Amino acid sequence: MLINILSGDKPRSVILTVLLLGILVALAFAPFLFPGVRSLETAARICIFIVLVASYDLLLGYGGIVSFAHTMFFGLGAYGVALASENMGRGWGSLAVGTVAGAVAAAVLALVIGLFSLRVRAIFFAMITLAVASAVAVLVSQLSGITGGEDGLNYSIPRELTPAFRLGEFLGVKINGKLLNYYLVFFASLALFLMLLRVVNSPFGRVLQAIRENDFRAEAIGYRVIYYRIAATCLSAAVAALAGSIFAIWLRYVGPDTTLSFEIMLDILLMVVIGGMGTMYGAVLGATIFVLAQNYLQNLMGAASEATTGLPLIPDLLNPDRWLLWLGVLFILSVYFFPTGIVGRLREGRRA
Amino acid sequence: MTQTLLETDGLTVRFGGHVAVDHVSCAFHAGELTAIVGPNGAGKTTYFNLISGQIPATEGRVRLMGEDITRASVADRCRKGLGRAFQLTNLFPNLSVLENVRLVIQAHRNKGFSLFSMAASHTELTTEAMAVLERVKLDHLKDKNVSELSHGNQRKLEVAMLIALDPMVYMFDEPTAGMSADEAPVVLDLIAELKAERERTILLVEHKMDVIRTLADRIIVLHNGALAADGDPATVMASDVVQEAYMGKELTDV
Repeated sequence: MLINILSGDKPRSVILTVLLLGILVALAFAPFLFPGVRSLETAARICIFIVLVASYDLLLGYGGIVSFAHTMFFGLGAYGVALASENMGRGWGSLAVGTVAGAVAAAVLALVIGLFSLRVRAIFFAMITLAVASAVAVLVSQLSGITGGEDGLNYSIPRELTPAFRLGEFLGVKINGKLLNYYLVFFASLALFLMLLRVVNSPFGRVLQAIRENDFRAEAIGYRVIYYRIAATCLSAAVAALAGSIFAIWLRYVGPDTTLSFEIMLDILLMVVIGGMGTMYGAVLGATIFVLAQNYLQNLMGAASEATTGLPLIPDLLNPDRWLLWLGVLFILSVYFFPTGIVGRLREGRRA
Repeated sequence: MTQTLLETDGLTVRFGGHVAVDHVSCAFHAGELTAIVGPNGAGKTTYFNLISGQIPATEGRVRLMGEDITRASVADRCRKGLGRAFQLTNLFPNLSVLENVRLVIQAHRNKGFSLFSMAASHTELTTEAMAVLERVKLDHLKDKNVSELSHGNQRKLEVAMLIALDPMVYMFDEPTAGMSADEAPVVLDLIAELKAERERTILLVEHKMDVIRTLADRIIVLHNGALAADGDPATVMASDVVQEAYMGKELTDV
């Protein structure tokens, strides 16, 4: 039963199992374990990025396809919800329409990009995605009449998902719409992640791995490689858009910086690489570690900086403003010491 | 008259001014094993590439069971019954031995686009793959990564993947190249078994004369891309063109 939910893809490492269970429990009970607006915000972000990174891993880690348009698909989902809520008014219907429209638009756009560029060399696909993603980002910030431009859009979502909807208290935690919204994020993310886990362990997932390993031979044993690559691209885009929709429902705001920026694309790449490509579970670890570092490394450094005030140089190095530098150092170290990512390293450890 | 399974009609490919395969017309019949010989650079592997579709033909036609497949993609030709093993080992290195063969059978059964079922639950694919692995005596290595296999075993797996395809036309490109003397017979016995079934046609590019003598029903000789001789082994090997021009050295080797 449990194995079935995981699609037979066991973590294959004791430490990894413990870490995954820890993250699952922490996220499932986040509102009770870590009360506070900021920690809930972080937990929701982790959930959403796990899905986003996992959908990218399907493409990069399993399909061997490099895309720079993943945030664009993420943004399509987010703007779908925002525009539907803005134009159709507050309501569950708008959320549903926006979510479905975003996912369909993402899949269709992925199909078009794929048809044009996946026939030829892989590098061409990477370049096309980069170009299209930049064009879309510019378009969104220019069409301010529709998209709100650089300011983005604020919109209302059903009252049941907002803090104004109060249900009382439980274990000292206020049960309100925000909490319900968090559980919507959590369970939607969990379902999407498990779906992706199933896809990579399906016959289709095996073909993708075969194509990544040797596309020449995959073609020679009868797989029409291009169809598989396009299907993977569309599926990955649709899931990224769904993650974007969840993000938009959670934030009640979309803007180019939060959903479309190239920085998020880089973050996704880092999370996949740190966690371990082609493992799915790597997305969980990568996203968790990265989002935590993004949100708390500054605090940690602030504290460390103060604690070392008496010493020369060190407080300056640990100044919270240098957090990006340290994140960079962490990244280089992790790529150097765990070239196969954290998950790859943990699994090797077991085999040795 | 036995059934013609594969036919090339004036098949030609030019790379710039160089004609690598020059108007080769040849028909291959069910139950026949044809050895394709010729010196290095004669165009044997290029001829194979034209038939299986890795290189597009400049001129001429390829027909598989009467159907023109000259413009068909590699994958489509494979699905129509053309199977090929490669001269340089060409496998999925980071997947297990079993997975390599299972992928072939999965392609054959059209299960590749099953997105939401577990691969492990398709036990019939695994059973068939294991049966093929037993035939090439690799079943004990099924969980090994292909990259961990010895060269000889990789060659065997290459042959196993062709057998798993169950094609109408088998194309072997030096199947025993680089194999040790005690490994080669496994592969050669398999080819002999396939030949004994007499329903398919087998094309074999091979340099070893003893192998050709025991297996071939017919030999075609390519020289500078053109068909230089075609006939039963005794006649072709005795012919002056083969003896003198370029087979002489290899014959004395044996």
